[in-house]
Amino acid sequence: MDQGLRSELSKQGIFTTTLEGLYNWGRRNSVWPLQFGLACCAIEMIATTMARYDLARFGAEVFRPSPRQADLMIVSGTVTKKMAPQVVRLFNQMPEPKYVIAMGACAISGGPFKQGYNVLKGIDRYIPVDVHIPGCPPRPEALLHAFMTLQRKIDAQKLSGPERPRHLNTDAPSEFPVPKFGPHDLVPPYNPEVWQPPKMVRAV
Amino acid sequence: METLEQIKGRITAIIPGARVDLIPNECPSNQPSLLIDQEHGVRIAEFLRDDPQLRLDYLSNVTGVDWPDTIVKEKVKVMKLVEGVETEVHGVVERKKQGYLEVVYHIYSIAHKHGPVIVRLRTNDRNVAVHLPSLTPIWRSAEFQEREIYDLYGVIFDGHPDLRRILMWDGFEGHPMRKDYVEPDDYEYEPTPHDEVLERARSHQARNAVL
Repeated sequence: MDQGLRSELSKQGIFTTTLEGLYNWGRRNSVWPLQFGLACCAIEMIATTMARYDLARFGAEVFRPSPRQADLMIVSGTVTKKMAPQVVRLFNQMPEPKYVIAMGACAISGGPFKQGYNVLKGIDRYIPVDVHIPGCPPRPEALLHAFMTLQRKIDAQKLSGPERPRHLNTDAPSEFPVPKFGPHDLVPPYNPEVWQPPKMVRAV
Repeated sequence: METLEQIKGRITAIIPGARVDLIPNECPSNQPSLLIDQEHGVRIAEFLRDDPQLRLDYLSNVTGVDWPDTIVKEKVKVMKLVEGVETEVHGVVERKKQGYLEVVYHIYSIAHKHGPVIVRLRTNDRNVAVHLPSLTPIWRSAEFQEREIYDLYGVIFDGHPDLRRILMWDGFEGHPMRKDYVEPDDYEYEPTPHDEVLERARSHQARNAVL
């Protein structure tokens, strides 16, 4: 339907849309995050939900304490190696469609603890992350911006075709392997289907 | 509160065979401490808690310290033949000082509102004889902190009710807070390496270039 006919109809009080538009409109305005926090970024996440920043304006105020009812996992804070299997397992327990925001320097890369022995160097090694937010910790505005970015991403998703999202593709994985504890590190150190170390060429 | 000398005197008078050393602290905070021996550790702790004058009923803090093996240089005067004449010469003698693990307890009295009394326990070395008596039966609040010291430093507390790792997972090898802990080579890339990290990134890349 072309734009001219659509605006003509809307003048007559008839609203037309596509099924895809209606479906994505409903989904992006009702994204329920999983209620958990891992470190100081969680404090900023809590501030984002409260009256001053008011995440409820975007339809995401309903933090669910059960992964079975959640659509969005906000990984807010440092993921230690001891915690990483539980985070992956919680993600596996969420029903599709599901999304991940990695919030803060630690969640996206290990942050200041990257060279340590106990912190995972980014949760994107085990689960697919939709939006990364840098910052230590990111301000509530940054989380709102990430959330709006995620809404734009949901809005652009196709219902069919090769570009369709994971939850409409029966071949795409919905669960990801939970890493095991090794003698020093998690085994495997990353899921190669989700993440590969970037090839960096540097003069030795 | 009594001075540490008085406390030390009373401990050695009441508990036969107990060895207590006063460790001075010359820094501005000036908090000297008592080094107690392993065999009478629990008995001395019980005395500190139950003595009516001390009543040290609150253990606020347990700390682990790793003292690695060090080489101490000592200046000594040696008699030496210099051009046929026996003269006194300054020489340097190097002596290996055995390292040890140390556990520091800060205890207060809520009843008498005084403290802290700082009590130290030392292991004999860093590898084999790393056993210390647990003070958890005396102060319950030591339980998690002694577990943490066991986890990160490797001190084995005899008499602890539940000595497991607490921060790292079961099956983790090594004690990461020890000075000689070597982190595994898990480098893939470092965006902005510098100093020590740059050295390690270079050695990692050199090793991978061979493979």
